[in-house]
Amino acid sequence: VSEFDELYQEIIMDHYRRPRGAADLSRVPEALAHENPTCGDAIKVEVELSKEGTIAALRFDVKGCAISTASASLMSEYLRGRRTDEARTLADSFIGVLRGEGDPATLDAMGDLVALRGVASYPMRVKCATLAWHAFLSALDRAALEPAEISANPR
Amino acid sequence: VAARAVVKSRPPLAVPSVAEVRADFPILSRTVRGKPLAYLDNAATSQKPSAVIEALTGYYESSNANVHRGLHSLGEEATAIYEGAREKVRAFIGALRSSEIVFTRGTTESINLVASSWGGVNLGPGDTVLVSGMEHHSDIVPWQLLCERRGCALRFIPVEGDGSLDLGRVEAEWDYSTRLVCATQVSNVLGTVNDVKALGKIAHRRGALLLVDGAQSVPHGEVDMVDLDCDFFAFSGHKAYAPMGIGVLYAKEDLLEAMPPYMGGGDMILSVREQSSTWNALPWKFEAGTPNVEGAAGLAAAIDYILGLGFDWIGAREAELSSAALERLEAVPGLVLYGRAKEREAVFSFTLGRAHPHDLAQYLDAEGIAVRAGHHCAQPLLRSLGIGSAARASLAFYNTIEELDRLAAALEGAARFYR
Repeated sequence: VSEFDELYQEIIMDHYRRPRGAADLSRVPEALAHENPTCGDAIKVEVELSKEGTIAALRFDVKGCAISTASASLMSEYLRGRRTDEARTLADSFIGVLRGEGDPATLDAMGDLVALRGVASYPMRVKCATLAWHAFLSALDRAALEPAEISANPR
Repeated sequence: VAARAVVKSRPPLAVPSVAEVRADFPILSRTVRGKPLAYLDNAATSQKPSAVIEALTGYYESSNANVHRGLHSLGEEATAIYEGAREKVRAFIGALRSSEIVFTRGTTESINLVASSWGGVNLGPGDTVLVSGMEHHSDIVPWQLLCERRGCALRFIPVEGDGSLDLGRVEAEWDYSTRLVCATQVSNVLGTVNDVKALGKIAHRRGALLLVDGAQSVPHGEVDMVDLDCDFFAFSGHKAYAPMGIGVLYAKEDLLEAMPPYMGGGDMILSVREQSSTWNALPWKFEAGTPNVEGAAGLAAAIDYILGLGFDWIGAREAELSSAALERLEAVPGLVLYGRAKEREAVFSFTLGRAHPHDLAQYLDAEGIAVRAGHHCAQPLLRSLGIGSAARASLAFYNTIEELDRLAAALEGAARFYR
């Protein structure tokens, strides 16, 4: 299997073509979008918390490449329903592994996210794969700060 | 003009073959991911001929010393190399005086120098900087910083549908608060060749100055400062087969004389007292600190190399490659090409169906083909085109028709893969 095929595995292409959790988030201010400075791609992530402090909903609106779109889609599936502290830890360790700071084997225990391990061979694509995750961490901070507003305004 | 001792297009001894020219560039024989490298990212940076690489090592192996100081032989040799390079640049771009040639790190620093020094004392509230809508970020952001600092305004010349500038419209809609017009001679995205000479006439008749970004034009065709009659002209060595980290600002002498220094430090002063200093003569007033002597040596070697091939040969070769590329790209189903101006260079930005430019570039890389993908440091232009990013193939004389065939085949493969 070539590095290219390792990068664009079937599961990545499937999540790219049919992203799970994609939504129109035009109501989220542009200033809250996360941008990839190398290509101008942008993503908005919105998190809704339940009363119990778990992630009730995780939506994203991305204009991006196969890697950034698939990563957002896989992320939304993987993190939905988790406690916020747990989700934060998982996001931090995912970002760490892709940056080459953590143990690559960590991804093996992260379900379908293991499909993104091929990104490690392409340092230029790490930003694509982690864009959604950085946006998620900011969205989580916002949701934690303003839980009342979000639950009161489901829109 | 008698002062211009210029050998511009030295006729080559014999018409070089493409194979011979390619052999001058060691990197072109390497492979990428198991395939022969097809380097189609020349607008980002060009590859370097052996003559340039040898100029760098030669400088360090035999002449390295600091310049303009130290009365020893190496210092004299290094100074001769550095100032010789300046004279070579002067003749190459048809400037009248070597005092008008300031060495910088590149186009970006050259434009920042003008914005900071000229703009810092000449522009203020009520003044406008007019830039073309197809400028690189390096010809936008320095003006934004200046406008923030000095309270002047920044306005843009809209880009027409075919990727050109409508100079008639610029003239008709002239805003008399305009003090400076900035335009690229060749767009790094659209390939458009702008008639900067005509733009300069429009500006000058209305009391404004003209700054030309020559980063994409200098490597591909002859420029002549006297003929262009621009006030400022910036370019980079590294896009013109020279090393990274060396560039040029040309400016008319009277402007440079009146401009305050950009950076302070060694070499740019005549004398320093505790509270004040006096400035060195031009162009050294603008060259604080130890300069990039190796870069200047490399730039001189690159100019010799270009003139050895001759712009007649380079122009004919790149025109042939350009029409071959256009023909092949137009035949790729679903490919949308941006920039259809009548006068254009061999720069092709495109999107392809659903395939994101990043993914496209990755697919091409797996085939050994290097293209750029992204916003090409021209986000305002891409936004006006209604896209966030594009893939770009940009050619140089050492590219081949066979590489263009590989590009077209790989693009068709990518379209199938990402459909």
